[in-house]
Amino acid sequence: MKPAPFTRHVPRTVDEVVSALAEFAPLDGRILAGGQSLVPIMAFRMARPAHLIDINEVEGLDRLAVDGDYLSIGARVRHGAFHKPVIDGPLGKLLAFVVSHIAHYPIRMRGTFCGSLAHADPASEWCLVAATLDASLVVKSVRGERIVPVTDFLEGIMSTSLAEDEFLAEARLPLLPDDTKFGFYEFSRRAGDFAMSAALVTYRLVDGVIADAHVGIGGAEDRARRILEAEDVLNGNAPSPDLFVAAGEAAANAIEPLEDIQTTAEYRCDLVRAVTRRALERSLL
Amino acid sequence: MTSARPVHFTVNGAAATVTVEPRTTLADALRNELRLTGTHLGCEHGVCGACTVIVDGAAVRGCLVLAAQAEGREITTVEGLGSAAHLSALQLAFRKHHALQCGFCTAGILTTAHALLTEEPHADEDRIREVISGNLCRCTGYLPIIAAIMEARIAYRDVQCEAAQ
Repeated sequence: MKPAPFTRHVPRTVDEVVSALAEFAPLDGRILAGGQSLVPIMAFRMARPAHLIDINEVEGLDRLAVDGDYLSIGARVRHGAFHKPVIDGPLGKLLAFVVSHIAHYPIRMRGTFCGSLAHADPASEWCLVAATLDASLVVKSVRGERIVPVTDFLEGIMSTSLAEDEFLAEARLPLLPDDTKFGFYEFSRRAGDFAMSAALVTYRLVDGVIADAHVGIGGAEDRARRILEAEDVLNGNAPSPDLFVAAGEAAANAIEPLEDIQTTAEYRCDLVRAVTRRALERSLL
Repeated sequence: MTSARPVHFTVNGAAATVTVEPRTTLADALRNELRLTGTHLGCEHGVCGACTVIVDGAAVRGCLVLAAQAEGREITTVEGLGSAAHLSALQLAFRKHHALQCGFCTAGILTTAHALLTEEPHADEDRIREVISGNLCRCTGYLPIIAAIMEARIAYRDVQCEAAQ
C-alpha cells in the first residue's frame, strides 16, 4: 500500500505547469492536485505515474472569487473552502449544502474542486454541480487556453476531453438569480460513500409556476448531466407532490443506468426516481 | 530514478528535517523517520482516518499527503495535543467518557476533533457526527466519542475568548 517511485515536479507558476506538462505528460506524467483520489489509486498500484506535476505551490490557482456573472474556482481551491457559503445568495448556500456530502472532513480539507472534475468519477458531487449549473471549464496548455462547456468536458467514466498536455486551471459556475430555489439529495449506503445516485435541481418561481428548471443526475450514468425530459415536466407548472413524482418518473425513464454487482439497472432507475423527487421536495423547505 | 531529498517542516512546534523519497507519505515519514508513532496507519488509502494529522490548521489524511508536500508547513500530531502528565481538555474528556478501548483509531479522532473545534467551537452534535463519520472505530460504538467531543467544546470556546481579548 505504498505508491511506486516517481519524480515530483513543483512548478510555481501556471507557465511552469504547462511547460512541465508538455515535457512530462508524454513520459507518463500527471497533475497532482489534492491527491485524494490519485494517491489512493497509486497506493493500490492501479496507477504508477513516472512523473507527478504537483500544483499545490502554484501562485494564483487558489483564487476563489466572483468575476462578473460567474464564480471562478481555481485549481487549488479545496472542497473545505465551501463549508461556509463563499458568496451571498443561492449559489453559496447550494455549494455549502452539497459539500458536506463529499467524502469526509479531512478529505475535503485537501481534495480540490477542479481535481474532482478532472478525475470525472460519475458519482462526483462537483461533477453533478458543474453539469446542472452549466459550468465552463478553463483548460490550459503550452498551446494556449480554451474554455470548454461542461457537456464537452465530461466524456464518461473517469474520462474527460482534456488532452494529454492540458490541465484544468479554473472552473466557472454561473451565479444564480436571488430567487433561485434549489434542492439536492444523494443516496449512499454510508456517510461519505460514493453516491449510488444523486440529484440536484434548481428553478425559479414566476407567477407561481416553475421556470428555468435544471435537473441534474449524478452517480447513475457514466457521467453527470442535465435531464431535459425531467425539466420539461417541471417548466410552466406549479410545484406539487404529483408534479415532483412525474419529474422523477421522467428522469428514471431518461437515463442509461450504470450496473454493478450491487446495483441492477432497475434499482438504479428506482434510485433516480427517488432522489429526483426528494431533491425537488427539499427545494421547498 | 528517484532519490531521497531533505524536507524541512515543523512538528508540534519543533523544527524537523526528514530525508525521504518523493513517494514517502507524511504519515510514514512521521512514524519511520521521526519515530512519532502516535499517528497510526490503518488502511493507507484514506478511508479509516487513523492517520489524520493537522497541517497548517487543517485535519488531513497523513497517508494521502506526501512528506515532500509538507515542506515549510506546521504539522501537529497527537503527540502535540498534550502529554501523559498534562492531557488536553479533549483528551481528558475522552478519558472521562471512556471514548476509547484499543486506542488504534484514537489519534486520528483526536486530531480531527481538535482541528474541528479549533475552527468551529460551537459545532453542534450533527456537525460533530458528520465530521467524525470519517474515522472508523471498531470498539466504542461512537457514542462515548461524540459525548467526549461535545463536552470538550467549552475549552475551545475559552481559547477563542482569550484570543479575542
